[in-house]
Amino acid sequence: MSQSEVRATASAYRKWRQVKDGIATATITTGGIGVLFAILLIFFYLLFEIMPLFESASLKEGNQYAASSDTPSLYLAMEEQAEVGFRLDRSGRADFFQVSDGKLLLSKELPLNNAAISSFSLDSEVSRIFALGLSDGRVLIAKHDYRTSYPSDKRLISPELRYPYGEQTLRLSEDGPIDQIAISDSDDELLLVAISNGKLIGRRWVKEEDFLSEEVTLVEESVDLPVLDISADRVLVGPGQQWLYVLSNDGGYRLIDLRRVNVADRGYLFDNGKLSEARFLLGGISLLTANDHGEVGQWFVVRDAERESGYRLQPVRQFDVPMGGSAALVTEHRRKGFLNVTKDGTLDVFYTTSHRRLLKRDLDIGAVASMAISPRADTVLLENTKGMLYSYELHNEHPELSWSALWSKVWYESYPEPDYVWQSSASTNDFEAKYSFAPLAFGTLKAAFYAMVIAAPLAICGAIYTAYFMAPALRRKVKPLIELMEALPTVILGFLAGLWLAPFIEKNMPAVFSLFLIMPVGVLLFAWCWAQLPVGLRRHVPEGWHPVLLVPVVLGIVVACVTLGAPMERAFFGGDMRAWLTNDLGVSFDQRNALVVGIAMGFAVIPTIFSIAEDAIFSVPKHLSYGSLALGATPWQSLIGVVMPTASPGIFSALMIGMGRAVGETMIVLMATGNTPIMDANIFEGMRTLAANIAVEIGETEVASSHYRILFLAAFVLFMFTFFVNTIAETVRQRLRMRYGNL
Amino acid sequence: MSLHDDNKQGLIEWCKRGEPMIWLNAAAVTVSTMAVVGLLLLLAVRGFGHFWPAAVVQAEYNLPSETAIPILAERVEVESVPIEQLLSAGFKIDASEPFVKRELVKVGNRDVGGADFKWVISDYLENVQYPNDVLVIERREWGNFYGFLQDVKEQGKIVASTTTDSSAALLDFQERVARASDIHDQIAKIEKKEIGSINYKLEKLRLKERGLSLNKDLSAASRQQAEAEIGLSRAELDIQYKALQGQLAELYTQWNRDSYTILTSSGQLREQRMATVVKAYQPNAMHIGQKVVFYFQKFGEFLTDEPREANTEGGIFPAIFGTVIMVLIMSVLVTPFGVIAAVYLREYAKQGLMTRIVRIAVNNLAGVPSIVYGVFGLGFFIYFLGAEMDKAFFAEALPAPTFGTPGLLWASVTLALLTLPVVIVATEEGLARIPRNLREGSLALGATKAETLWRVVLPMASPAMMTGLILAVARAAGEVAPLMLVGVVKLAPSLPVDGNFPYFHLDQKFMHLGFHIYDVGFQSPNVEAARPLVYATALLLVVIIALLNLSAVALRNRLREKYKSLEM
Repeated sequence: MSQSEVRATASAYRKWRQVKDGIATATITTGGIGVLFAILLIFFYLLFEIMPLFESASLKEGNQYAASSDTPSLYLAMEEQAEVGFRLDRSGRADFFQVSDGKLLLSKELPLNNAAISSFSLDSEVSRIFALGLSDGRVLIAKHDYRTSYPSDKRLISPELRYPYGEQTLRLSEDGPIDQIAISDSDDELLLVAISNGKLIGRRWVKEEDFLSEEVTLVEESVDLPVLDISADRVLVGPGQQWLYVLSNDGGYRLIDLRRVNVADRGYLFDNGKLSEARFLLGGISLLTANDHGEVGQWFVVRDAERESGYRLQPVRQFDVPMGGSAALVTEHRRKGFLNVTKDGTLDVFYTTSHRRLLKRDLDIGAVASMAISPRADTVLLENTKGMLYSYELHNEHPELSWSALWSKVWYESYPEPDYVWQSSASTNDFEAKYSFAPLAFGTLKAAFYAMVIAAPLAICGAIYTAYFMAPALRRKVKPLIELMEALPTVILGFLAGLWLAPFIEKNMPAVFSLFLIMPVGVLLFAWCWAQLPVGLRRHVPEGWHPVLLVPVVLGIVVACVTLGAPMERAFFGGDMRAWLTNDLGVSFDQRNALVVGIAMGFAVIPTIFSIAEDAIFSVPKHLSYGSLALGATPWQSLIGVVMPTASPGIFSALMIGMGRAVGETMIVLMATGNTPIMDANIFEGMRTLAANIAVEIGETEVASSHYRILFLAAFVLFMFTFFVNTIAETVRQRLRMRYGNL
Repeated sequence: MSLHDDNKQGLIEWCKRGEPMIWLNAAAVTVSTMAVVGLLLLLAVRGFGHFWPAAVVQAEYNLPSETAIPILAERVEVESVPIEQLLSAGFKIDASEPFVKRELVKVGNRDVGGADFKWVISDYLENVQYPNDVLVIERREWGNFYGFLQDVKEQGKIVASTTTDSSAALLDFQERVARASDIHDQIAKIEKKEIGSINYKLEKLRLKERGLSLNKDLSAASRQQAEAEIGLSRAELDIQYKALQGQLAELYTQWNRDSYTILTSSGQLREQRMATVVKAYQPNAMHIGQKVVFYFQKFGEFLTDEPREANTEGGIFPAIFGTVIMVLIMSVLVTPFGVIAAVYLREYAKQGLMTRIVRIAVNNLAGVPSIVYGVFGLGFFIYFLGAEMDKAFFAEALPAPTFGTPGLLWASVTLALLTLPVVIVATEEGLARIPRNLREGSLALGATKAETLWRVVLPMASPAMMTGLILAVARAAGEVAPLMLVGVVKLAPSLPVDGNFPYFHLDQKFMHLGFHIYDVGFQSPNVEAARPLVYATALLLVVIIALLNLSAVALRNRLREKYKSLEM
């Protein structure tokens, strides 16, 4: 091979090596940055999932078309898919039309027998049953209904008008028109309450089912009603047919208990102004009232022991809307939200539980006459006084959450007072979801607190001794053993805590508590006695082996406490400390309580705190303590005076990291507590933590629902909390390392 | 110092020197270490004790003012209770002593008596004896049965009876039990393996057919051909299936041929099928050698058998298998990425504020609660990535999700992410320990950076990587909270690895030791009966993780020794 050939191959080889080097650099750089990016992704993904919770609602204009009749509408509604609309006008004509373009699908005249409609009442959005009060003192009950079929795989919705109680009318008043009507229809009873000639009339029909033919017959009963002392301008009947609300235009109200036939509460909804709307929120527990002064109030009945009737009507929240009275106020069919539109066309979207205004929009459609919202709350239909209909797409996915709903006390429906409650689901549809993080955060901190109370002294004292006093030979054995603890799966600790420790503590409660007291005393007593022993004897144990000496002592104290526990229980607590706690002290007791969690989780965080604190103390430069000892300080004095001040940031960061671990621990809490979200610092009761709550609930949520996102928010809170705590700890440690370097 | 002081000291002097505090600190060490040791001992005693054939006691339980109840049971635990507690619970007993001994006994025979366990007051057990001929029968359903064997029957006819020759009857009984279990294994093989495989293929065909109907641009001819092929293979599979069905029917009649009658403690005579017996033994008649053999047999079964009775009996093989497979996939994922990230951070990235921030962030991620990773895995991997993958590649199976549901792959990926910081930190530490002069020497000899990395740095850092990986595996094996969200189930119908193409089913759900502990200990209907099994499972998990950790420690120490010589 000639020299030039050699050179050529060599340079080709060199080039090839350069290429390889370049490839390696590129791969490692992209790989490395990719991995770091993946880590960042966790943060951003969690953020991405929770952002929709804090978004406002948005409204998109749809079509507009003329209404099917010239007479003003009495009632507007839509079916489930918001494809078919229903419009009832004041002349008694019921039209079904396509929401998208207003095409008439079905038109029916209601059988009014030449009477005029004088009042209207809807049973509920869900049942779609409504009652019409007529000018001849009669009442007609009808229902707008929809059937869905799939001929040739396409959805077809066929509307129909039905008469659940027949096409004939029911007579309610002998003389004069029905000025106001309220209907409440349940499986067992139909209740009608009306105002005619300023008088309150009630009639009830009990449904009796023939158990053979399953035919329902109505048995009429009259309803006793108290005499009223206000002008009754509006009546409403709540579900369960217990409460009758009579409202007057000047804001006066009477709450009537239909079971006991008395006026349970009376008063004023507002001081000045005129009542413009009154509607029930979903479920019929809350009453929404609007006046022309721009106030919408939410009210519900709460128990009140101080009153004779036992109940009062409680104002709960107030929402501000523009002045001028509301033209229409509609409530959502599946959630506790509502929409209000004023006569001049300002639309407000509210949610009650979170006390949140989600949208405010001036609709440029002239004077508004009526409004409807679809059951899925995604379409809004408005009618102006000129008979034009306007459809809007409403995007309002997650109105349930607000800062106040998360962290402050909220007055939930049927609760006697505002409270912190976490209750994310229930069996009924009209349930008010209660998403307060307060009990969960409290439970998290409670569990972490008890864990730290147990772990911090043990771990730090242990670290001090191991790093400063212990013989090196012993230290080499003890340190790995405690660090092995860190690797113990928490599921095992949780299992032992729940199935072994919890029953053990319940059975040996006096023993456990006396152990906390007797252990330090016993150890000190032993130490004192040891100091009194002759020197010759003491010399047999080399320096730094105290813990080994203490093994039989600790063991003895434990055995003594457990065996003496039962006699102590007999002597002091009548043989049953648990019963004593509950009966004599009034402290409720759960078997799986905070003490069990504290011990088990303390066990889990001891090694974390221990190993970091031990490192911090051990790496304090030796010449510092030698200097102190040389100046005549005792070992303890040099520890307190010299070593600890230097190592204290390290101990602080150890505690922070331990705390972070206790806060995020899932399995121990899941298994060693009852997971009830209560706010009670009692050591004998359980708790539910943020982490355990996620583990319990996330499997059952619907993807992308509010509940799902709220659980993501919980995860985000945990993430941020531990990240924050750890960052502080880590920064402190890095500083400390630099300081040691300078010493 | 105190231990070497020559003269005795007064109390105040003693306190001034800080001696009490030193002793208290020492006590903290003692308590912590004793807690660890105690916990391990507790697990060991309870876990290992489970397999020992306990003696069965026969006695009369004769509470005053109640009729005597015959008892035939294993003793489980004894405790002493203050008399007041029993009196308030409504026991009419003689209250002369302050404490009464009460014991938990396992009476079994759940189908007869209703409950497996019973609390009895020891003082009222009379005529206590340990008869040699008590037979303990482990059954496939309803838990253990305790009784005295009477007759062995074949097709309803008595073929052996203990009244004539008890040892021959027992021998015959055991033979027939062995035969029944043999048939049971055959049935299980056909049902699980062969029919399972046919069902799997049928499902594949169904998906293929649906895929055809979804594919719009296929020509009519090729569509017809494909459909014909599917029809053909389906017919073939149907024939195989029928044949197997026939075999199964035959096996089932064989299996149900024998039965036996057994006398319970209360004198009831019950006839039971031989097919329900897993194992039968006479613990009181066993000598110590037999017991040891029995012990190891049971232990082996525990490791290799499938769980029975809602996981409260039988073995934990699927859980071990699931854990191992999940950890393996996780290791394959986490090692390269972790090492690349560490190498980038240490060798390629410009050192400065940015790398310091990244390092702190990576360190912190190790402290982020594992449930957060679970939530991320569920949201991002399963509902986002998985759902997109389903739309792209498994459209024919929709709406049933393939990867859009928790499964082995996502569990492994989530845990890989969770353990990534562990690997990065350990590898970086290893890289930092390699003396600079080695790198410089290599570069000075003309090697490129990549060559230095590949030939010098990485081999030297390999023990550190191993340490990181082992720690990651130990953490992953013990982690439960995130797995509950991303793929672990109580009972997986089949193992994620089987004989059906592609043999390795990443989309399947799997069982896991840690979750098994949680589930059996807390969600099972019969916690008392399942408890020993949970202890044994916990012990196994602890042993695995302790071994992994100890080997990591050993590796770390070896690594340190190795570089000591290099540090000049």
